[in-house]
Amino acid sequence: MNLDAVIFIISAIVAVLGASMMIFQRNPVMAVLSFMVSLLAQAVLYIQLDALFLGAVLIIVYAGAVLVLFLFVIMLLNLRTTKELGPSSSLMRHLGKYFLSFLLIMEFVFIIKSSFFKGASLVGVMNMKPEGFGTVTSVATLLFTKYLYPFELTSILILVAIVGAVVMARKDKNIDRPTENKLGKN
Amino acid sequence: MLEIVIASSIKVIIVVIAVLTGCAYATYMERKLVAHFQHRIGPLYAGPYGLLQPMADAVKLIFKEDIVPDKVERYTYALAPVISFIPAMLIFAVIPFGKDTSVFGYGIKMVLSDLNIAVLFIFAITSLGIYGIILGGWSSGSKYSLMGGLRSSAQMISYEVSYGLSIIGVILIANTLSLRELVNQQASDSIWFFSHWYVWRQPLGFLLYLTCAIAETNRAPFDLPEAESELVGGYHTEYSSMRFSMFFIGEYANMLAVSAVGATLFFGGWQGPFVNTIPLLGIVWFVLKVFLFMFFYIWLRATFPRFRYDQLMNFGWKILLPLALFNTMLTSLLVALKVI
Amino acid sequence: MISISSYVIVAAVLFGIGTLGVLISRNIIILFMSLELMLNAASLAIIAFSRELNVIDGHVFVFLILAVAAAEAAVGLAMVITLFRNKETLNIDRFNLMKW
Repeated sequence: MNLDAVIFIISAIVAVLGASMMIFQRNPVMAVLSFMVSLLAQAVLYIQLDALFLGAVLIIVYAGAVLVLFLFVIMLLNLRTTKELGPSSSLMRHLGKYFLSFLLIMEFVFIIKSSFFKGASLVGVMNMKPEGFGTVTSVATLLFTKYLYPFELTSILILVAIVGAVVMARKDKNIDRPTENKLGKN
Repeated sequence: MLEIVIASSIKVIIVVIAVLTGCAYATYMERKLVAHFQHRIGPLYAGPYGLLQPMADAVKLIFKEDIVPDKVERYTYALAPVISFIPAMLIFAVIPFGKDTSVFGYGIKMVLSDLNIAVLFIFAITSLGIYGIILGGWSSGSKYSLMGGLRSSAQMISYEVSYGLSIIGVILIANTLSLRELVNQQASDSIWFFSHWYVWRQPLGFLLYLTCAIAETNRAPFDLPEAESELVGGYHTEYSSMRFSMFFIGEYANMLAVSAVGATLFFGGWQGPFVNTIPLLGIVWFVLKVFLFMFFYIWLRATFPRFRYDQLMNFGWKILLPLALFNTMLTSLLVALKVI
Repeated sequence: MISISSYVIVAAVLFGIGTLGVLISRNIIILFMSLELMLNAASLAIIAFSRELNVIDGHVFVFLILAVAAAEAAVGLAMVITLFRNKETLNIDRFNLMKW
């Protein structure tokens, strides 16, 4: 039981617990917070796998931007009550879904534990690795040489997403004008 | 193993206490300086020159009644002040604050954790700082708080982009993300001890950093989230007693953190004259630089009126971001041509 | 020593939880976050395999996944806002106009 194993076990448990708390929350703000806790634990796992750069980027992009956007939307819509969602449904109604998800996980575990993996997957984390594995330099070198084309395409994708988000979230002016006029007259 | 744990624990405790004391005296400094800017005297009666005023404030805040309004969301309401406070403290984990020395034969690194992705770590932690304000504003169940929280989240997301881009220039020149390396690169033995500071090679980047840092810490003239005249107190309207003071300490710890990062990136960190002969002098230079930044903050607060909200957003997206992009491109061009 | 397969199992469990979230949640925001969780689980598995095979290409893929996820979140939340404007609810069972 070395330090690596302890860190792995703690962060794995936190990641799974945070994720499961997220899906069982009714209050969306608490769900976002649980997801953030799960993400922080996942970042620890990334860093344990020598993905230093991606661990930091995961926190910057997800915890710092995406989840803040979620919170922002929750605040914008001012979702305080969860009444509209109706009473929490019984376990029985969802039993099939739980069973399916459980089956899915078991299937994955079975594949991972099967002979297909066995030869390769017993390498420890601390074993030899190439110099500078997972550092910013190594990722960036690949990103700007071999994968330059997908990288540039991503920037176009993000641009499209920005335009799409603005177009969709903008209030339809034709619908809003009557009320504005009323306010102006009063 | 045990020695390392004990040594690091002692270092952590010392740094935490130092930062907390720094926060306390930053409030004193602010009150005193603003008073003098306005031809007043400021706190005077608690101790000589009012030096014990922060202690008096702390005692007052601790013993005040903790009022929890009726319509709050309990968990997030209790959690928000803590979340706003902790990221600010975490930033100090990677900031080098002195030259490595040895005490009683033990070599001591004057940095809590010498990460080789320290700058990214700072980005990550800074981006977590928003949560405290958003959650505080959301969970209070009051209109003013909600408006303050909304404003601050929009503001901080907008300015974080320029904040990140403003530092990239330095990273491009330095070719490292480790703050320790960055500080070492800014060393200079000559009488012109400041000649290698990155502020000379990144003047635009520095100005951008300064502006975005003010917006990130919600200070005047960008203190829209807590604009007293419009929003009462913004996101901390409904907070009182210790919870309020956690927000307060968090704000000052954030200011200290961005000052420390700015001093490290642009002003050579702990580098200064005579550091090589007397290593402990490094800490003095570092603290001096940090408080120089703080002085600038307070000066701005006493001088400028608050921005209007649309002005703030326009400024952030239409002026700061293009400038930051321009700075990044210019710097990368100059680095590629080996000019800088 | 922790084997890579334990990381992959964690990723599988996270993916399963995400699937369950998509299946059972009625709040569209939580459903959306479950989708993000599934993306994250896939990223974790990719990083684990990347470490196992000592090739850094996986990191580039995860980087691109993160960028796509961020774009997806922006568009998706814009859609959530539009939906809320029309129906005044986030209950996914209420968006049944096309169900005839």
